Amino acid sequence: MNDVTYDAVSEMVASVREVTKVYRIGGEDVRALAGVSIDFFHGDFVAIMGTSGSGKSTLLNLLGCLDRPTTGQYFLGGRDIATLDDESLSRVRGRYLGFVFQSYNLIQQLSVVENIMVPLAYQRPQRPGARDLCVRLAELVGLSGRLGHRPNQLSGGQQQRVAIARALVNNPHVILADEPTGNLDTATSMEIMDLLDALNRAGRTIVMVTHEPDIAARCKKVISLRDGRVESVRHASECAP
Amino acid sequence: MNPIHQIGLGIRSLMLHKLRSSLAVLGILIGVTAVIWLVAMGEGVSHQAQEQIKNLGATSIIVQTVKPSDEANPNAGSRSGISYGLLREDYNRLISNVPTITKAVPMREITREVRRDQAAVSGQVIGCTPEYFDINRMHIAQGRSLTDSDMRDLDNVVVLAHEVAAKLFPILEPIGRSVQIGVEFYVVIGVASPRTASAAIGGSFAGRQYDRDVYIPLSTFRRRIGDQVITIRGGTFQNETIELNQITTVVDSIDSVDASADVIRELLRRYHKTIDYAIVVPKELLEQAETMQMMFNLLLLIIAGISLLVGGIGIMNIMLATVTERTREIGIRRALGATKREIIQQFLWETVVLSGIGGLLGVVIGFLCGPTVKAVRSGIETFFPEVWSTLPPTIHALEPRLAPWSIVAAFCISVGVGVVFGIYPAQRAANMDPIQALRHE
Repeated sequence: MNDVTYDAVSEMVASVREVTKVYRIGGEDVRALAGVSIDFFHGDFVAIMGTSGSGKSTLLNLLGCLDRPTTGQYFLGGRDIATLDDESLSRVRGRYLGFVFQSYNLIQQLSVVENIMVPLAYQRPQRPGARDLCVRLAELVGLSGRLGHRPNQLSGGQQQRVAIARALVNNPHVILADEPTGNLDTATSMEIMDLLDALNRAGRTIVMVTHEPDIAARCKKVISLRDGRVESVRHASECAP
Repeated sequence: MNPIHQIGLGIRSLMLHKLRSSLAVLGILIGVTAVIWLVAMGEGVSHQAQEQIKNLGATSIIVQTVKPSDEANPNAGSRSGISYGLLREDYNRLISNVPTITKAVPMREITREVRRDQAAVSGQVIGCTPEYFDINRMHIAQGRSLTDSDMRDLDNVVVLAHEVAAKLFPILEPIGRSVQIGVEFYVVIGVASPRTASAAIGGSFAGRQYDRDVYIPLSTFRRRIGDQVITIRGGTFQNETIELNQITTVVDSIDSVDASADVIRELLRRYHKTIDYAIVVPKELLEQAETMQMMFNLLLLIIAGISLLVGGIGIMNIMLATVTERTREIGIRRALGATKREIIQQFLWETVVLSGIGGLLGVVIGFLCGPTVKAVRSGIETFFPEVWSTLPPTIHALEPRLAPWSIVAAFCISVGVGVVFGIYPAQRAANMDPIQALRHE
């Protein structure tokens, strides 16, 4: 394990070290993560699995810089960001991370292209040619004919494609996907997985939370969590049916 | 994001709830319109008042005869009649004892029917000296004014007010023709130019309508009409003796007005047992009017403040609902890189757009103040003439004057209200936990 890490230092895009997360609910401490260490490498396609309460959502929130660990370190792009303040975390999210959610989370009053542009609005300095980039991304995910549509005029699969294009627009280090196929039927799920697969082959690093084994089977690596600890790390070939 | 982008985004977010946003806009609109209209009305009224007072002359002091109340007059109702008011002796005393007086113009008036063939007008017969015209800033439109020789010769000559001339001589040229006043005939020598009524501020006695006046020499008045006025009221004779109705004095400078007024007051008090006169000082009225204007403006500001406050609360209410409703959007934006500050900015822009639109529309409607007042006035005049005739002349002649400062202030305050009342909802939006916000249904 160690020698792999050393060999791939330049390739490592994100890394959590001994992170714990303790929530205080009703005067009682609840340990959601009890010391998790995982490295994510460039080009990884990782599925995080686990039962409800295993800590997988908490881990994804930490990876997404939406939350801070109680203890431990989180390196993203070579920086320890566990201690950053709220504003810096916002900047990190906008610059280095792409998000894909189960319920797509598009902004209803904006068109397809405008939704894809949202992360760019919070970039400093502003990038020129933002609109052209977004149109190209919309075409890349197969929505070339629907640039001006509103989210409620699109099917679930199409909305998720918009969300994926949005996750690509800032050229992120890691794409974080939270049950991206959870609201879709099997056929559409497979289409979305095909798209993510294609992105991964093109060099994108993707970390996905899922509870569906056949979705996880399409990833390169599957990390199972149990009671806030890493239970197993398997490569895709090991868990194929 | 640049402001244009922010405004565009704000408008589109507000368009999600057109009715709700329109109502919030309406709240601000009413507030802004109220400010502009109220100030315009106030300015109109006070301008009118100040103009009228200025027409009386800032350096003049007007002494008038007032009928004393019955309690103060033991002779009231007796057959011998009562005698009150200013005396010719008062006039002499004023000129000889008050050194600052440069001019004093005595006047006597009575209501009499003025006839020309079949046409008749209930006119106000004014006995005066030639200076009366100057001192009241009246001009002669046709013919000539009264002269000293008219006074000396006790001539039966008359100068008609413009309206009287128009009624009695609708076609013919009035100059040189005769009119009948009471039982006497007078030759028309001149017609005065139209003159707007002068002030009646704060219950003063200085208010005058000039449109029913006919002017004859004071000496002729005394000879032909005399000091006694006999009226029959309720079957009993009332016999009143009045020598002069008014003495208009002009003092040498505006600084000596107050002191001269005190001297005149003292002088009259010494020779009159009852208070059968009143002293009107236009300068004091002007100062009073200015003070009243300030009070009025303050009151308007308070009213305007309240209405804008109410509008602001409306906006806050709507923004709080909006923030709750768009919790998910806030979570998405935070996840995609928006800082708290950027979320605050977004929602503040939205409230500013809301209140700014309200402000702009309010200004537009504010500009309609003049035409609206005119329309309402002619509406009342046409459809409710009885109501119209009971309204005071101030209302008849009211011309709202749009105050540029009020337009600028109202608009700025409305935008300010948007910012102030937008801060709390925007902060609430920004302080949401992104994780909770993303989970919000």
